[in-house]
Amino acid sequence: MKTTEEIFTILKNNFGDAILELVTSQPVEHFIKVNPIEINKVCLFLRENEELLFDSLMNLSGVDDANGQKSADEDGTQIISGGTLSVFYHLESTKLRHKLTLKVSTNREKPEVASVESTWRHADWHEREAYDLLGIIFLNHPDLRRILMPYDWDAGYPLRKDYKNPEFYQGMKVPY
Amino acid sequence: MSITIEKNKSERKPGLRTEEMVLNMGPQHPSTHGVLRLELELEGEIITNAIPHIGYLHRCFEKHAEAMNYSQVIPYTDRMDYLASMYNEFGYAIAVEKLLGIQVPERVEYIRVIMGELQRIASHLVALGTYAVDIGAFTPFLFCFRDREKILSLFEQTCGARLLYNYIWVGGLSHDLHPDFVNQTNEFIKYFRPKIKELNDLLTKNKIFIDRTANVGVLPLDVAINYGISGPNLRGSGFKWDIRKDDPYSVYNKFDFDIPVGEGLMGKVGDCWDRYYVRILEMEESLKIIEQAVNNLPEGDVTSAIPKRIKPPVGQVYSRVENPRGELGYFIISDGSINPFRVKVKGPSFVHLGVLNEILKGHMIADVIAILGSIDIVLGEVDR
Repeated sequence: MKTTEEIFTILKNNFGDAILELVTSQPVEHFIKVNPIEINKVCLFLRENEELLFDSLMNLSGVDDANGQKSADEDGTQIISGGTLSVFYHLESTKLRHKLTLKVSTNREKPEVASVESTWRHADWHEREAYDLLGIIFLNHPDLRRILMPYDWDAGYPLRKDYKNPEFYQGMKVPY
Repeated sequence: MSITIEKNKSERKPGLRTEEMVLNMGPQHPSTHGVLRLELELEGEIITNAIPHIGYLHRCFEKHAEAMNYSQVIPYTDRMDYLASMYNEFGYAIAVEKLLGIQVPERVEYIRVIMGELQRIASHLVALGTYAVDIGAFTPFLFCFRDREKILSLFEQTCGARLLYNYIWVGGLSHDLHPDFVNQTNEFIKYFRPKIKELNDLLTKNKIFIDRTANVGVLPLDVAINYGISGPNLRGSGFKWDIRKDDPYSVYNKFDFDIPVGEGLMGKVGDCWDRYYVRILEMEESLKIIEQAVNNLPEGDVTSAIPKRIKPPVGQVYSRVENPRGELGYFIISDGSINPFRVKVKGPSFVHLGVLNEILKGHMIADVIAILGSIDIVLGEVDR
């Protein structure tokens, strides 16, 4: 069993600048921030290293941090420009019984994160969901389609904090 | 029975033109347990690829949750996995309590465990009963629903609802138990124990049932872990892993119970029969837990720890519980206001449906139903 602090030291020794920081300011959960383009290499290392053996991805969730420049539209809806979108990875080792949380943050205008689908197939649908609801692009994902929303949904990404309900869907008026 | 494509190809007569066919199964097929469309690519009757299309029941739970305060979210969690509503509330309440850093009275924990385990039995009864119907045995279905009804009336007498309870609140419960609950639950345990044996005689050891399920849809353990499979499906593949034991929450460490795993009694480890049989064995273990909990119920006030205003400090938590279907995780981010900033649900059904293509390849069309039934999904939770 290893603590997040010990794992941070191991990762820092192996990946250097790709490991950004260790966040311990929050009361319940500590996490490690990682460079979004190198997350796939870090995750593969975490799975294969014999001291770590993170064989299971518990959860992958996309989040809109809503930390950009906020302004209001003429009809009062919020617009956010700049800031970041984040992805949280909750990992677990069923053999060594330790857990770890990773976070990557990516630019809201060009949200690109490396896919970890080849490390844990579990990530496949969760990444599709994060793409579908938040518009995060997972690089090298084999099948990045919408999953919960209709395939022809063209009104944006619903879980973004500045999402606006569309008036029309495929030319049809949406009743409220 | 699993047939490999290569073998099939070599047996094909030369010069005979064949074509791949795409078959749509669903969205309104009765055996898909909800609204699920499977796009099956076939070579003859053998499946080469199966693409699930989901989202027909998408009700925007996660978006709704951001617009409501913490306690208003609870009725929405009921509606995800509508066969295990108690457990959805249970998981959500634990997650928010972790964020708030509060302890709940012991009586509340005991009642939550009793309700959770009763719900597990009720949910498994639906899973087993509908599985039997899918495969063509009608009587076990009626037996299962008869017994499930007894659990639902226990719930109804406790909180007024049969399916969607809003019973487990953050920090406590909406009502205490009614005075006759302990008595009635003990009676139910006495009634239900022989019924499991009846179900075994009727279905589990039935030759036709075994022929349909043994050696069908084998899920190897390494594939299962890589796909994040949990719950009875993971244990069916022979891995002794249960969050109630391996990452205990609530008061589960006070009870004595076993974790049944698939042993390949009728075929290979991890086949449909193993997944089915693990659920049967789990019902007996749940009965053990209920029996211990209900007869050692501590006294106390179930509403004393309910916070007047839920306003967790800035932070995040990933909290998980062992739902009847597997690992139900809530990832909640708080920005310090009365509404959650983000609620992400990791539902076991969503995850289990992802592995379907892997298991289905190389099977016949008729086995699709047997395999889909054995992984026991609830589409309300897949789509949220």
